[in-house]
Amino acid sequence: MDRAEVDSRIRTLIEPFNKKGIAVGEDTGFANDLEFDSLTVMDFVAAIEDEFDIIISMNQQAAIETYGQLVDAVTKMVSDA
Amino acid sequence: MSEGISQSDRPQEIEGDSGDLFSKFDSLIAMRENLLSGGVEDPFNLVMEKVISPTRAICNGRDTILLGTYNYMGMTFDPDVIEAGQQALADFGSGTTGSRVLNGTYQGHKECEEALKEFYGMDHAMVFSTGYQANLGIISTIAGKGDYVVLDIDSHASIWDGCKMGDAEIVPFKHNDIEAMEKRLRRIPEGAGKLVVLEGVYSMLGDIAPLAEMVKVAKSHGAMVLVDEAHSMGFIGEHGRGVAEAQGVMDDVDFVIGTFSKSVGTVGGFCVSNHPKFEIMRLVCRPYVFTASLPPSVVATAATSIRKLMQGSNKRAHLWENSKTLHGGLKALGFELGTDEPQSAIIAVIMPDLERGAAMWEALIKEGLYVNLARPPATPANMTLLRCSLCAEHSEEEVQTILGMFERAGKAVGII
Repeated sequence: MDRAEVDSRIRTLIEPFNKKGIAVGEDTGFANDLEFDSLTVMDFVAAIEDEFDIIISMNQQAAIETYGQLVDAVTKMVSDA
Repeated sequence: MSEGISQSDRPQEIEGDSGDLFSKFDSLIAMRENLLSGGVEDPFNLVMEKVISPTRAICNGRDTILLGTYNYMGMTFDPDVIEAGQQALADFGSGTTGSRVLNGTYQGHKECEEALKEFYGMDHAMVFSTGYQANLGIISTIAGKGDYVVLDIDSHASIWDGCKMGDAEIVPFKHNDIEAMEKRLRRIPEGAGKLVVLEGVYSMLGDIAPLAEMVKVAKSHGAMVLVDEAHSMGFIGEHGRGVAEAQGVMDDVDFVIGTFSKSVGTVGGFCVSNHPKFEIMRLVCRPYVFTASLPPSVVATAATSIRKLMQGSNKRAHLWENSKTLHGGLKALGFELGTDEPQSAIIAVIMPDLERGAAMWEALIKEGLYVNLARPPATPANMTLLRCSLCAEHSEEEVQTILGMFERAGKAVGII
């Protein structure tokens, strides 16, 4: 699966969590821009894990601050699997 | 409010505060200031001037019924427990001044571990200086680099801190969600070590875990299982061993973590296990090794209390009656509760927001009732809760008195 497809799938998944309808770009931050709290993060991560059948541990999540970093990380996990 | 706290709420401004490491607490300081400026009595600064019994104390100058102490079995003033503590204090002194692995293991520590082995019917028991350290130590030590810890998102701070201190991959799942847990276990790379961490009773809402199913699922994926039974010891399960016993899965639980600071009525923590190599923990578990052991009087009171809890079935039955009466009564008054049915000795009353929660807490303390005010981030879903924990020593009349206090306070604050 290429990066563009991962991007498009995650873009669909993020919609219900993007309550303020913020325009999501590569540099959009989950904590700063989207204001995700810990419970939202858990639900959003679970949605991605289910979509791609992967596991993203909290240790891995700690290194993901922006939307672009998330797409990169998931693309890598999917291609490594 | 103590002087120390009032000063910290009125901090001196530091010139050009870019270097002030305390600026990260500004929002919390402002929230507290805002809450207390309304004249509310500080819920986090209560002083008990005199303790009369497990259920009564003089708090901030008022005769108060205690309904938020976790003193479930009322062992703190048991005459046998007090006598054992006094004797040990006289015979062994006020403290050990040493680690368990050096000069800090006395006869009393071994006797306490024997009592735990008997209580749980397990081969090994290890006593820590607090329950917090038991979780911190066991979790961070047994799950190492490359291993996975799968845990409930509503786990206690000591479990999270144990995860943070260790080197394992941490994977949380939605509270009490068996399917969410199963999915995560299934996706863990083959060959990786797995530890599933669960609690018997979750202390914020007082709900219990579906351990029978969860432990079965964890085992089918080859995981080891650790269950924290801090809030169930002494009164849930036929022998008071906890929710795992009540649901018939005790034999599949690899590690039970518990505390002496609730039903046992003193302070300390422990882990019991049947793992054949468990004793090596005493040498490799840093929160066990690098701290002083419990004072002789504490382990003597704990051992005596644990042995008495083995014969506590009448008290257990009365505690359950209290829990049912309070839950049913509060529900009938129109309060929103954490669980539909009483599942433990904790009844959580859900407040509409922090302001009204604090006002309700204050109205209750003025009525002469102490409960715990719990607020985010300690609570799930950012709820504000008034947590009530019942004691086997609360009389039927006291529970009725408590309901009357809740009714008056709830109407005064406009919650019911």
